[in-house]
Amino acid sequence: MPTMEKPLTRNIRSDGAALERAAYERAGGYEGLRKALRMTPEAVLDTVRRSGLRGRGGAGFPTGVKWSLVPRGADAPHPKYLVANADEMEPGAFKDRFLLEKDPHQLIEGMIIAAYAIEADVAYIFLRWAYREAKEALSRAIAEAAEHHCLGKDILGSGYSLEMIVHVSAGRYICGEETALLNALEGKRANPRSKPPYPQMVGLWGKPTVVNNVETLCNIPHILKNGPDWFKGLSHTNDSGTKLYGASGKVKRPGLWELPMGTTAREILEEHAGGMRDGLRFRAAIPGGASTEFITEAHLDVRMDFDEIRKAGSRLGTGTMIVLDDRTCPVGLLWNVERFFAQESCGWCTPCWSGLSWVEQILGAMERGEGEEGDLEILREQTKFMAPGNTFCALAPGAMEPLASGLNYFHGDFERHIREKRCPYSPPL
Amino acid sequence: MLSPEEKKEIEAEFPLYPTKQAVCIDALKIVQRHRGWVPDEAVRDVAALLDMAPDELDGIATFYNRIFRRPVGRHVILLCDSVSCWIMGYERMRAHLTERLGIGLGQTTADHRFTFLPNVCLGACDRAPVMMMDEDLHADLTKERIDAILEECQ
Repeated sequence: MPTMEKPLTRNIRSDGAALERAAYERAGGYEGLRKALRMTPEAVLDTVRRSGLRGRGGAGFPTGVKWSLVPRGADAPHPKYLVANADEMEPGAFKDRFLLEKDPHQLIEGMIIAAYAIEADVAYIFLRWAYREAKEALSRAIAEAAEHHCLGKDILGSGYSLEMIVHVSAGRYICGEETALLNALEGKRANPRSKPPYPQMVGLWGKPTVVNNVETLCNIPHILKNGPDWFKGLSHTNDSGTKLYGASGKVKRPGLWELPMGTTAREILEEHAGGMRDGLRFRAAIPGGASTEFITEAHLDVRMDFDEIRKAGSRLGTGTMIVLDDRTCPVGLLWNVERFFAQESCGWCTPCWSGLSWVEQILGAMERGEGEEGDLEILREQTKFMAPGNTFCALAPGAMEPLASGLNYFHGDFERHIREKRCPYSPPL
Repeated sequence: MLSPEEKKEIEAEFPLYPTKQAVCIDALKIVQRHRGWVPDEAVRDVAALLDMAPDELDGIATFYNRIFRRPVGRHVILLCDSVSCWIMGYERMRAHLTERLGIGLGQTTADHRFTFLPNVCLGACDRAPVMMMDEDLHADLTKERIDAILEECQ
């Protein structure tokens, strides 16, 4: 059997320290950039488009298509911007932190190539405040890259120039939404913007802007270096590349693993996470961060990629699964998740701020033994009121995904909470 | 009045963005680094420096949870209350911290040593439960580990 390739994590040091520039270059780093700079920006974009890379932030939008919507040529407005979305805050997601802390040059190289492809002048890294180690690693790596002419004026003698700036955020989940992120970078409240116009046309300060997730950008150097066909070959399915998958909850070995795209949930759970802790049984999992639908035992052999997992009624999201065991209350878990979304609603549109706090209060009442007949109907109605298209952005529809599927899979648990006027999972009185 | 250091640090951010307003969140963080929090007077002073209306800047300052508009203790504890930590024992950790500190979430100890706040997912779910003490992440929390961390912070 051929050795499984792990381009994103291959060079990560076992002692946990950030990979320095010299070691990064010895391992083949900045070769993708050198190659890209010998190509035209259009040819770089075409290479990424042909690789089939899809956005790793959760939505899975084809990266090459996203880039191709940016106006180019002599008449294009400037400055153009590239933004790395490093505002990882989806509950249950911890993959970008790993890439940022351990291999900062990989992200920086991916960003320079992406910026070159869209002919951007300035690149921002929108970094979560809590990631102090990542801030330190990135600042050092940007200085190293500039010192070795990979950033700044006339990069590696190519005539292309790019400035890179780290912006540390001041909190709030909504900043991960790309148009809210742009408002935050402009020094405003992070309310999402109306789309269209899309950021590729009218983005930061009204100029063409591309926002890509950290893991997406980290794939770019390898695609340039090894080609689109190599990238497609890394996967088990039609979705290209590898994926950072994770598991948290009461499994034996919670963690993060780079595996071929399309690895099954069962392999992640049983082989890599080591199965459930002794005495506990697997009940369900939220496969891609808090805003995805539950999968159950029946779905474990589904391939975790963007298209296949849809057949199980869920989404790949961030690829980091939260595992629910048979001793943890699913209603309590959903209360926790919906309380998060209610708190993090930016308050801009009514279905979201009003609906989410209502949902959160009903779930809290149930968990305290104060649930009433009719509550389940209200919750079901709310999942429809906050469905895609009824709200200004994707926050509330995302919040409804675990709830709608949870109402199906854990119907008996909800009924017991209401009927017995207590949480059946808490210790008996 | 902004101190000369505060003003200098804020102005050093100007070249990084095309507008002065874009600096405002960094400016509030700079004030907070010097004073521990952002009083009304500083909101007015920063707004004047950045050619913004004070009310607009206050709307921004109160939107972002990392800007403290009230005084905090010498150390700020941020306990993750999101889903993976909740599964792994957040409630036990909260109860222990409440008992040890004698305060609930959102409060500051009488000696101003600690402020205790809830926080959303800290992105270390494989090491849950977790919390931050000031700028440092502490993972795989147990009651004993929490006691040791509190002990180190005077």
